[in-house]
Amino acid sequence: MSGLEDLYQQVIVDHSRRPRNFRPLQGSRQAEGYNPLCGDRVTIYVNLEGDKVKEVAFQGSGCAISTASASLLTEALKGKTLAEAGQMFERFHELVTHGGAAPASLGKLAAFAGVSEYPTRVKCATLPWHTLRAALKNAPEVVSTE
Amino acid sequence: MSVNRGVAGGAGAALTSPFNVWKIREDFPILGRKVHGKPLVYLDNAATTQKPRAVIDAVSQFYSNDCANIHRGVHWLSERSTGLYEDARVAVQRFLGAADAREIIFVRGATEGINLVAQSYGRRHVGAGDEVLISAMEHHSNIVPWQLLCEEKGARLRVAPIDDRGELIVSEFGKLLSSRTRIVAVNHVSNALGTVNPVADLIAMAHSAGAVVLVDGAQAAPHLPVNVREMDCDFYCFSGHKIYGPSGVGVLYGKAALLESMPPYQGGGDMIRSVTFEKTTFNDLPYRFEAGTPNIAGVIGLGAAIGYVSRTGLEHIAAYERDLLDYATQAVSAIPGVRVIGTAREKAGVLSFVVDGIHPHDAGTILDRQGIAIRAGHHCAQPVMERFGVPATSRASFAFYNTREEADALARGILKVKEIFA
Repeated sequence: MSGLEDLYQQVIVDHSRRPRNFRPLQGSRQAEGYNPLCGDRVTIYVNLEGDKVKEVAFQGSGCAISTASASLLTEALKGKTLAEAGQMFERFHELVTHGGAAPASLGKLAAFAGVSEYPTRVKCATLPWHTLRAALKNAPEVVSTE
Repeated sequence: MSVNRGVAGGAGAALTSPFNVWKIREDFPILGRKVHGKPLVYLDNAATTQKPRAVIDAVSQFYSNDCANIHRGVHWLSERSTGLYEDARVAVQRFLGAADAREIIFVRGATEGINLVAQSYGRRHVGAGDEVLISAMEHHSNIVPWQLLCEEKGARLRVAPIDDRGELIVSEFGKLLSSRTRIVAVNHVSNALGTVNPVADLIAMAHSAGAVVLVDGAQAAPHLPVNVREMDCDFYCFSGHKIYGPSGVGVLYGKAALLESMPPYQGGGDMIRSVTFEKTTFNDLPYRFEAGTPNIAGVIGLGAAIGYVSRTGLEHIAAYERDLLDYATQAVSAIPGVRVIGTAREKAGVLSFVVDGIHPHDAGTILDRQGIAIRAGHHCAQPVMERFGVPATSRASFAFYNTREEADALARGILKVKEIFA
């Protein structure tokens, strides 16, 4: 059974069962992500203060990986500058597509290192992040990672 | 022998069946392989089935020894490939109980068969204000072609509802039939729920209303004896790859009188008698509907698959699979938190389920790591998912080479899924 515990680490299972910041935000920038083949849906809400992420939250339904990814995203980004958020996007993307050791700056997001061993699940982990990027631009198009 | 056993064990009820499942497994080379270091437990047969050696050899033999285009060459090899291709047509005719081999059209799959009928028969016979009636348990491939037709013609698509078991509500189906109904299109077996529809009854009702009936047999032909004359359908289609044959080939059966009245579906070589720039005369059945060089190797492989299934006997296959599905349903539904989606009284091949609080994709990934291949998703039947209020299900689907030991492995796998999310 080696590998499964790498994918479904305790922190991922926990966040999928009890997602944090699971609510809409009033007056925020927002965007919707939807992967029609697997049915995962996520809406990301972001409030900025200057160039800092003041508040970030999400709603949606999907598998454990996409739900936990959105939940941990909201925890990781609060208080970060837009530049830091962009850097985090790149590092997270690198981690889930290529694996390897997670940089310390990713914090709890390191739990997603196992995803790179499951190519069909990479799109689940990245959907909230691509949706975040669209939310920051207030992009009206629905985002998909399929 | 032992290499194809898959899951440990072996004896038990399987050996008392009319055929020996362990002997059958030896005919399917892939069943001996491992996935993630575990014996493959292949339970995704509604998506595609594995191929017996007889099919693999028939395709390989064609390319190694008999390859030529059909109906064209004067040379010996072309005559031979034409003969093999037409032999397959006769094999399919007998398999379906059709009156005439001219009623068998080779297409790419069930999807193309439905599109052919929608575009050729449908465009000629469906007009503004007319209706096409389908059921609420159709695969997208038996919804979308009719939607396209109805949009083009200003016709109306009607949908007969299903109940909480996943059975068609026959009285509601009857109420939706009227003198406006031109075409009824229903599946014989639902790919998402496994429900077996009472097609002969539905056809009789539709005929009384003056409609023609297409039966989508993609999930039925591999599991149940089919006789198109007894059921009296006007069209019947199925896919080769779901009945142990190659992918990219399928069959559309149509009553000769209907097919003869229909305009061509696609233009090209072999479907014509003569072509000038002023006028083209079309070929006879079935060639009129087989434009261009067909999937010759696929058809020959399909013929071999039909031969294999016929030798095994669909009555035996149906009885064995029914017992296996009942066994698997009991094993899986005994697990706390598991809900079976689709509990029709007559079912074939399919066990769809959801596990409380666990998304089917996570279940699918965890089962995969144990060597168990199932499908997770909406199964190209999103209206069915909506009907049961779930975004997706996990679907285990069975073939006659599956065993009770594999059903046990599935149940153990689901326990592992629950353990990870405990």
